[in-house]
Amino acid sequence: MLNCVYRLVAPRTFEPIQVEMDSAKGNVLVRPTHLSICNADQRYYQGRRSESVLAAKLPMALIHEGIGTVLRDDSGTCKRGDCVVMLPNNPHEEDPCIAENYLRTSEFCGSGYDGFMQECVLLSPSRIVPLPKSINKNVAAFTELVSVAVHAVSRFGMFSHSRKNTIGIWGDGNMGFIVSLVLRAIYPAAHLIVFGRNAYKMEDFTFVDETHLVHEIPKGIAVDHAFECCGGEGSSQAIDQIIDTIMPEGTVSLLGVSEQPVLVNTRMVLEKGLRLFGSSRSGRADFAATVQLYQDNPTILSYLEALVNQTYAIESISDMAQAFEADTRKSMGKTIMEWNV
Amino acid sequence: MIVAAILAGGSGVRMGNPDKPKQYYQLGTKPVLAHTIDKFCAHGQFDVVLVLCPETWLQQTRDLIERYCPEYSNGVHVAAGGQSRTDTVLKAIEWVDIHCEVEDDSIIVTHDAVRPFVSLRIISDNIEAAERFGACDTVIPATDTIVASENAATISEIPDRRNLYQGQTPQSFKLAKLKEVLLSLSDAEKEILTDACKAFVLRGEPVELVKGDIANFKITYPHDMRVAHAMLGVDEC
Repeated sequence: MLNCVYRLVAPRTFEPIQVEMDSAKGNVLVRPTHLSICNADQRYYQGRRSESVLAAKLPMALIHEGIGTVLRDDSGTCKRGDCVVMLPNNPHEEDPCIAENYLRTSEFCGSGYDGFMQECVLLSPSRIVPLPKSINKNVAAFTELVSVAVHAVSRFGMFSHSRKNTIGIWGDGNMGFIVSLVLRAIYPAAHLIVFGRNAYKMEDFTFVDETHLVHEIPKGIAVDHAFECCGGEGSSQAIDQIIDTIMPEGTVSLLGVSEQPVLVNTRMVLEKGLRLFGSSRSGRADFAATVQLYQDNPTILSYLEALVNQTYAIESISDMAQAFEADTRKSMGKTIMEWNV
Repeated sequence: MIVAAILAGGSGVRMGNPDKPKQYYQLGTKPVLAHTIDKFCAHGQFDVVLVLCPETWLQQTRDLIERYCPEYSNGVHVAAGGQSRTDTVLKAIEWVDIHCEVEDDSIIVTHDAVRPFVSLRIISDNIEAAERFGACDTVIPATDTIVASENAATISEIPDRRNLYQGQTPQSFKLAKLKEVLLSLSDAEKEILTDACKAFVLRGEPVELVKGDIANFKITYPHDMRVAHAMLGVDEC
């Protein structure tokens, strides 16, 4: 089938490209309906990646967070009209020790391979997870982001010691909000403390136990484990503060993406016997766990609704540019594109 | 019931002729017609997909569908079109009357086979507009200045371009209303009729505009085929 792919050909420039889609049997044809813009997409859109990266990866369709409607499924996994979340990670091998999202051979939509800004997306049946019919589609659009938090919290469960009385979350942005929410659901008895730079943002973390501005942390505060959800220039300061605040043998989960190398006070990491581990992206099991989490804890969806910042009806290239430009101006939350091309 | 009528009439010259209808030309790995059929079948909202082709091309059309659209071939029907566009649409209505149970609110979406770049959005918008208004036409704003001339020698009028649009397809209708309007036409009216929407306008019936797309162009001339190949990134024409 002829399929129109909306590729970023240069910073701030989308172009529609017609491609002949291989409708090989056994795959699922999905029409995207709700796409969510991520900071990683913005880095390409605004040209904030290095020249060499842009030259290597563009032209490319952006977006790796999205849901869609099944148009055709020869595999029998779904029926036409089913609402599904699309998985951006495409593994080419299985490894008994390494998760699909860390295999170097895996492809990732919107990072070197076309993302979901397409008229239709052809996916293997393992690359979709069905969603409940009644789900809020604007929230479901960023299930991928939630699954990244679920993945990190699940790894935290594997790597950390059993005392989880107090958990600190550094970062008052989207990821900090979602990680806190997932921790609340998985560890309801834990005392959650959020550390951020913006009091007005932290006011919305109504489900945690304490919030503190990073420059006004009370003396004597300590956490058993910590999550770094800052990224960018904030990573360094956050990791420093975590190392100061965390109890010995605590686990530090790193989630923030930084374009620059980050200095780490390894002396104190050694002295305290800390475990630092990184998490990136997610796999099918994390998506399935996220959808299960939605079903088991419907209040999570209510909290996530607060993150839907603005929605844009997309029918043309100019609509896409408008949504991306508006997204650059938001201070928090998610921009959702109601995709109808 | 929602019916797709893909109009692949064109001229009925036999195969092997270099002037064969453009819908049978190869575009990428498939004939143009197969791409159009794929899009309508993938859309998934149609109860019937009917291809109307020249009578001399009936069997070849069936063969091409089986070869190039195997996943949909069981659900695609082929029938002979008529001499003119209007005749072909009437043939589609006749076929549906014979083979299907037409309801009052049945919709027919008519589309040129030689517009393979139609989008799913345009098809969906057509169905919704036809359900809402009874008739709709897919258009894009006119970009060239349109000049009218009564004598083919001098300008008689230059209409305000802001009010002008270029017609594309699909054109979609409530099936029963379309039948009523087309059958009411006199021979003289049929002669000046270039498409079914004009018949609605002649009868004073409202026709809603659906936003088209410049990519949804009609492959008419050899130049268009080159453009289509270029859009797909295919070098050889």
